[in-house]
Amino acid sequence: MAITQRAAGEYAIRIEKLEKRYGDTHALKGLSFSVKPGELFGLIGPDGAGKTSLIRILGTLVLADGGYAEVLGHEVVKDYRKIRQKMGYMPGRFSLYQDLTIKENLNLFATIFGTTLEENYELIREIYVQIEPFKNRRAGALSGGMKQKLALCCALIHAPEVLFLDEPTTGVDAVSRKEFWEMLGRLKSKGITMLVSTPYMDEASLCDRVALIQEGEILQVDTPDAIEAAFPRSLYGITGADTYSLLLAMRADERTASVHAFGDSVHFTAKEAISAASLQSMLSEKGFADGVEVKEIRANIEDCFMELMSGGRLADEEISK
Amino acid sequence: MRTIYFILFKEFRQIFRNKAMLPIIFVMPVIQLIILAYAADFEVKNLKLFWIDKDQSQLSRQLLSKFEGSPYFRLTQADMSREAAETAMERDEVDVVLEVPAGFERDFLAEKKTQIQLTANAIDGVKGGFASAYGQAVIRDFYGDFLEENAARLSWQPPSGGTINIASANWYNPEMDYKTYMVPGVLALLVTMIGAFLSSMNIVREKELGTIEQLNVTPLKKTHFIAGKLIPFWAIAIFELAFGLVIAKILYDIPMLGNLFLLFGLSAVYLLVVLGLGLFISTVTETQQQAMFISWFILVIFIFLSGLFTAIENMPPWAQQLTYINPIRYFIEILRSLLLKGSGWAELQQQFYILLGYAVLINGLAIWRYRKRS
Repeated sequence: MAITQRAAGEYAIRIEKLEKRYGDTHALKGLSFSVKPGELFGLIGPDGAGKTSLIRILGTLVLADGGYAEVLGHEVVKDYRKIRQKMGYMPGRFSLYQDLTIKENLNLFATIFGTTLEENYELIREIYVQIEPFKNRRAGALSGGMKQKLALCCALIHAPEVLFLDEPTTGVDAVSRKEFWEMLGRLKSKGITMLVSTPYMDEASLCDRVALIQEGEILQVDTPDAIEAAFPRSLYGITGADTYSLLLAMRADERTASVHAFGDSVHFTAKEAISAASLQSMLSEKGFADGVEVKEIRANIEDCFMELMSGGRLADEEISK
Repeated sequence: MRTIYFILFKEFRQIFRNKAMLPIIFVMPVIQLIILAYAADFEVKNLKLFWIDKDQSQLSRQLLSKFEGSPYFRLTQADMSREAAETAMERDEVDVVLEVPAGFERDFLAEKKTQIQLTANAIDGVKGGFASAYGQAVIRDFYGDFLEENAARLSWQPPSGGTINIASANWYNPEMDYKTYMVPGVLALLVTMIGAFLSSMNIVREKELGTIEQLNVTPLKKTHFIAGKLIPFWAIAIFELAFGLVIAKILYDIPMLGNLFLLFGLSAVYLLVVLGLGLFISTVTETQQQAMFISWFILVIFIFLSGLFTAIENMPPWAQQLTYINPIRYFIEILRSLLLKGSGWAELQQQFYILLGYAVLINGLAIWRYRKRS
């Protein structure tokens, strides 16, 4: 219901030159980006990149030291009360009452928001039915995946227009992660704007748009496809060799631009354009002929992230300059 | 209204789901009242007496029998040597040494002036003080009796009209039963501990577990949150006071002369001070450990300066001044004078206003300090 009443703002979330310092640590170095209404936006970056600081500022929990941030058209400092009414927040750490049952936690948060479980049941139904059999169990006695579902239910109980999720899938098994993203996909179809942070690069492709952040700075903001397509060089996947010795050998070679291990394969780019065949012969020179397979592959987000981190640029940026 | 009701419901649920809570509420007061009221015994009995009689006269034996007849002294050693007495005192075998010099009887009868030496072991100051005071009392008593019985044998004139006799009566506690005095104080302590510790620990626990963060992002009002934290502990502490009073009545038959409604009314205000203090501590600490240490630090100072163990009149002037800012002092005064003396509103309103002022101040400070975001 709240969703249909949304003010037709251009942006659901907008931040400009946002700064945050903790003593000597410069956690956010003037970030700017915006999220459109109904978008599933990913904040992708390693631990310590500033993802949590950013979400806590937007969630009206922490004051920024500089810059501007607004959520649903409300400035985060001045109009924090309005934001709190309309936002759902799921912190990285399970923060519900462990000594209350599932039902009691839900009722508590429903009451605080002046609503009831029944009123917005439709929104959380799909998630809630999975934990309903345990509704009289205390939250502390739930498994990790169930805790996470409960936390999501509590964050949604008041039908928020925007949902902040701080590393919701960290420390969760692969199956539950997949399930969780499916839930987010369904919420997106209901029109909820979501800002999700994650250290897992493979989750980027599940977002509409992502911001890659590193040490308090934004490296790139775009759709996952555009980011991947903008990878500046041919990327080759090499499989079948001993990863470690291959890495050492290739790193030592001056033709190499980058070489990283990805599971059982090695991703390689050369400084100057190189064909699959010449790469194959380069490998044979180094004694990696037997059973080694070389394939040109499409860059994934992690390749792009590595490229950006090592000071490289993605193609479209170079074009635009 | 629905919110505050629900928040209270949640707090009570959590409190009673905490397995340590019921023992704290029901066992702690019983144990404290039993142990503290008995152990904090300032009465001094059976002081061990070392007797040096260098006179060996009838008069000196009369003096000894006076000491032996006193309930406070017990003759443990007798010797002629001063050194033996000092060794015994060093070994802590005796509390008091009484030395009667040679020629005691002769001088007394002939010249009306004589000396006896009373040495008290003052390692324990209270005990030493009592030993010396009791000893003097016995000697004075001996002197009075002697004058009456032996007026004829004296070569000097006893002071006419007799000596000045100071008789003391202990009002409100005629038998000088220290339990009557201690138990109201222990009750005050109990209520204070419940209030200060439980409230400060509870909020900090929410900080530790991160649950406070989940509440902070909601539109929950600050006043609702704080009321939800204060009211349950306020109710528990009031219950605790009632429970403690019942135990005090059953175990010690403590007099309850004043109006109990007034007692609970004043306690309710006092608890606002204590809970406010706990709340304030929780706003300046991040972990339960910090909250515990700071609460304990403050409470120990307050308790020592409360008049519970040491009468405020016996403290040095600077410490007496400090007690004026100690809320526990006023609450102990209220409990003692209301229960033992039957004081009413007229006598206790000063304490009431001071506590009320305190409650407003500390809670105001705590609410001001409590912030939903950093």
